[in-house]
Order: sequence, then structure tokens, then C-alpha cells
Amino acid sequence: MGTVIVDVMPKPEILDPQGKAVRAALPRLGLDGFTEVRQGKRFELTVDGEVTEEVLAQARQAAETLLSNPIIEDVVAITAVQECACGKGGCC
Amino acid sequence: MGARIGVVTFPGSLDDRDALRAVGLAGAEPVSLWHADGDLHGVDAVILPGGFSYGDYLRAGAISRFSPVMDTLIGAAEGGLPVLGICNGFQILCESHLLPGAMIKNNHRTFICRDQVLSVENTSTAWTNAFTKGQRITVPLKNQDGQYVADERTLDELEAEGRVVFRYRDWNPNGSRRDIAGVTNAAGNVVGLMPHPEHATEPGFGPDTADGSRAGVDGLGFFTSVLTALIH
Repeated sequence: MGTVIVDVMPKPEILDPQGKAVRAALPRLGLDGFTEVRQGKRFELTVDGEVTEEVLAQARQAAETLLSNPIIEDVVAITAVQECACGKGGCC
Repeated sequence: MGARIGVVTFPGSLDDRDALRAVGLAGAEPVSLWHADGDLHGVDAVILPGGFSYGDYLRAGAISRFSPVMDTLIGAAEGGLPVLGICNGFQILCESHLLPGAMIKNNHRTFICRDQVLSVENTSTAWTNAFTKGQRITVPLKNQDGQYVADERTLDELEAEGRVVFRYRDWNPNGSRRDIAGVTNAAGNVVGLMPHPEHATEPGFGPDTADGSRAGVDGLGFFTSVLTALIH
């Protein structure tokens, strides 16, 4: 069983209202050292077999069509994680 | 036989019934369309109503964009079929790339519900020919993801081509770039806006006006406009 992880972030020039709300809440916890927070999305796409080139190509297509909107978001990383004998992805 | 105007219901649509009623008040035959049915049943125009289709999961309108009805509607709209997207419908049209730009959360991060003054900037679209250029109208606005954004080049193009159809007046309620409340495609058959004209079509149920409480029917012009456009 393999997984492809897709990370999507709002474009740098786009105001991120959710990130701003989180940024405004942090000082209430006494955490006042963070000047900016931006909030993105992480998708984990799991397949039965290994993450082949074909699976990666499909993940790229999903990332660019459904998972992100190119007008307001960037796909910042597409990462393949293969499961190995120890049961933890990508560790050995 | 009069014009038949379809209103699509998605899972999570809220204002489909009001849109159907507005179509009837304007004198056309309202036709219910279903998101999972790729057949437009021969309608002369289509309205994508407001609501929270698919719970606004992923992004507002993102999942609806890939529904069977949209597969058919995108081609029909590119072929000239009049399409009006209201609120969530506008978001779906942007996700479908039938209209430029995208909507993000309101800049003040809160849901907003108010009667909103707009100016009609372009009266040559299929959905605005009943208005006069610069006319101020008041219709309800209610949304969370209403901040219209696009890059500067796209905004400049929209301005140069007269494709900004509506602008917020008196107050920008969500941080939309250049006070834009609604836009059209180059052909003028596809129009989207965040405010809700279908909620201002019947005396007694619209915004308050100088004529009386809930007397506002400024939204009716959207639905009579498309009838005029279909005749010509």
C-alpha cells in the first residue's frame, strides 16, 4: 500500500483569512513570536499497490484539477510514500 | 410556448426554490434540473443557485464543477446558452473557468447577510439588458466566501473589456478586488454575482425601500432580461 501526499498552499499574494485568524489567536496562548501564519491543505491519496509513475501522474493531474485552484492556490509538493516491512511509510 | 429556464439543484443548494419562483414571476416556465443528470432537457437558459453545494468542502463550488450537469452545461455555455450563477453558482462558474477569478473567504472572516447596494456597470449581457447603465439596485447579500480575487492583469482586462457587470456601492462587504460584485464572459451570455437577485423579485419579500417594508423588487430585471435576450 502506497500513498501520495499533495500539499496545497494559498498563493503568496493572496490574503489568507484563515491564517490571519490563527495568527491573531496565538498571542492569547502566550505565543507571540509568530509574525505570520498561512494555512494550507494536505491530501493523502492511498493506492493498493506501489506508487508507480502512473500513480504519480494521476496524482499530479488530481492536484492540478480538483485539489487546487490555480487562480488562488499553488501545489507546493507531491511526495510518494511507499510502505515498507516495518509498517511505517518511507522509513527504511 | 414561453421560454423554459432551468435551475440546477446540487446537494446543498439552498436558493433553488426561490430562483424557480423568480423565473415564474418574470413570466417564464421554471424547470428543475438535477446535478446528477447530464441532460439539460432543452431549456433556453440555466441558473446555478446559491447555497453550499457539497458543504463547500475542498473549496466553494469545487466539487459541483465536476458533476454530470456541469459537464454538459460548460459546453452549452461556451456555445452561447445564457447562464446565471448566483452566490454559490458564481463560485461554481469560476471553478469551471467559465468566468475568470475565484472567491476566497470574506476579508473580515465572518458570514454576512445584508441588503446591498450595487451599480449595474454593463447592460449588454443576457441578464442585465433591463437595467440602465450605472443604475443602483438593492438586493440581499449573504455569504462567507464572497471575496472576489484575480491577478492584476486579469482585473485590468475585465475593466478594459467592460466585463465588470456589478460593483458594490456605499460599502465593500467582503474585500472583493475593485469592489467587483459580478462579472461576465466575453460573449455576455454567462454572468455570475455574489448577491441574490432572486430574493428581490416579489413585493412583501424583498429588501426595504422608500416605498415600504420589504417592497424591493430590483432583482426581477435579471429574469426579464434573459427573456428579452432569448427573443432577440
